[in-house]
Amino acid sequence: MRAPQASLFGLACEAKMSDLLSLSAAQAADAIAAGSLSASELFEVYRTRAAADRAAGADGLNCFTWVAAQRPGESSPAPLGGVPLAVKDLFCTEGVPSQSGSRILEGYEPPYTASAVARLCAAGASLLAKTNQDEFAMGSSNENSAFGAVRNPWDRTRVPGGSSGGSAAAVAAGLAPWALGTDTGGSIRQPAALCGIVGLKPTYGAVSRYGMIAFASSLDQAGPLTRDVRDAALMLGHMVGRDECDATSLAFPHEIQLPTAERLDGVRLGVPEELSGEGVHAGVLDAFRAALVRAEELGAQISDVRLPHAPHALSAYYVIAPAEASSNLARFDGVRYGLRVADAAELSDMYTRTRHDGFGAEVKRRIMLGTYALSSGYYDAFYGRAQRVRTKIAEDFSEAFQQVDLIATPTAPTVAFKLGDKTSDPLSMYLNDFCTVPMSLAGIPAISIPCGLSDGLPVGLQLAGPAFSENRMLDAAYALEQALAFDGSAARV
Amino acid sequence: MIDRDEVLHVARLARLALSEDELEPMARELSAVLEHVAKIGELNLEEVAPTFHVVDVTGALRPDEPRPCLPREVALAQAPAVSEGGFLVPSPQA
Repeated sequence: MRAPQASLFGLACEAKMSDLLSLSAAQAADAIAAGSLSASELFEVYRTRAAADRAAGADGLNCFTWVAAQRPGESSPAPLGGVPLAVKDLFCTEGVPSQSGSRILEGYEPPYTASAVARLCAAGASLLAKTNQDEFAMGSSNENSAFGAVRNPWDRTRVPGGSSGGSAAAVAAGLAPWALGTDTGGSIRQPAALCGIVGLKPTYGAVSRYGMIAFASSLDQAGPLTRDVRDAALMLGHMVGRDECDATSLAFPHEIQLPTAERLDGVRLGVPEELSGEGVHAGVLDAFRAALVRAEELGAQISDVRLPHAPHALSAYYVIAPAEASSNLARFDGVRYGLRVADAAELSDMYTRTRHDGFGAEVKRRIMLGTYALSSGYYDAFYGRAQRVRTKIAEDFSEAFQQVDLIATPTAPTVAFKLGDKTSDPLSMYLNDFCTVPMSLAGIPAISIPCGLSDGLPVGLQLAGPAFSENRMLDAAYALEQALAFDGSAARV
Repeated sequence: MIDRDEVLHVARLARLALSEDELEPMARELSAVLEHVAKIGELNLEEVAPTFHVVDVTGALRPDEPRPCLPREVALAQAPAVSEGGFLVPSPQA
């Protein structure tokens, strides 16, 4: 190991710090492999920054629920070489608090580690911190957390998006080189868009869900939140694959490549009017359309496509996801882990009051919605119909992908909104997800990249492709990213 | 669309206690969301098969071979109350 550089003071030290923070995860891994950067020095820089944010509480960005006290052992010279990794709270991490942002799992330290995290650590990533999130990943603003709201580093009076808000804000602010999140209806892509970073939701089944505290099992997928597209490809490549602990995980049919494309010649991009017109704010549309012009200059062929059932996706999603959640969250009953009310007279009193005290308002709402949709007399009208709408949405995409290679939309209908703006109206909060839920219901991969600013706040562009088209999607996103040259350094704290 | 009694019924199904001041907002918010999602009732879906899962996997079972599982003391370590090697709960009919 090289001598610590802590003796360098003043400008030299600041310059060094700023150099370190400007490295992407892939660049840091390369520098460590080449011997020009010490993994323990890099870890300590990030650990100190993350710990400071944690210590600042509500005065900071509130990105983290836990920060490592020290670097977890010496890493092997594995491909990721000890690059620090921030992980969304809902991933089980052995011996490290994992609460999914909920009071009902207060003090829970799992006896095992989620497969996605274990694979990244086996590839050489070092667990830096757990990140704040909406409780059980239910939310689009990261205001539904037992740990309090996360603030957007571009403007601290605004939300970072959700539910992976802590992961997105931490990466945007330079408090972590990259982070792991989960996406059920947009929970990676939307916060990535609102924080000006890259977020990728893989094909359903590409990454094992083992050890992810479940929200909606037919939709949940783990994926990267990163500074650039190359980092997203690097992280994804080390996570994908069949895992015998998750029966829905699949062998990825080919290797994930690091993207290199500089042009978009021959790439057919389809723009669905259903997701890029009405309901999307003018400033977001301006940035989106300007990015499409750049794509065309790079050689892409842009055409209109139709997704006729996409306007119904949000409705189907807000039946299916709560229905699955109401079932998944039945396990939180005060018996095996987490919170239990102290003075219960009998068993059912213990269940119902533990759940009352342990769950936040949004989680209660979703449990109620899901239980209602599955209850006798309403099942066919809500859950049964929603599953049929899901079929139509998947068919819409299949038909569109006969004509185009990728679909492009804005990621979110607005830029980051003010804290508290939408908390009193659940439906207005849900409408944030209308560009992202169709891909989730169809199980197809999608990536959000920053494509510009509106009112000084980042706008995300979403690219989606057929199942297992991640390489093509990453290549296109990379080429566009290079051309757009988005500068996110203003968000660094 | 959904009233106070229905909220209480669904809460009972969900084993969720709701306090008096949670009932009215819950009824109002659920009604607003249900009214929105009920728009899928306008679609003609008669000939459409449901999609329960986007991944077509069947028979993804591992071989059924005995192997060590989570040790009892580890499984009990996070429990709020334990007794004689099991989870301790209040009596069901106290």
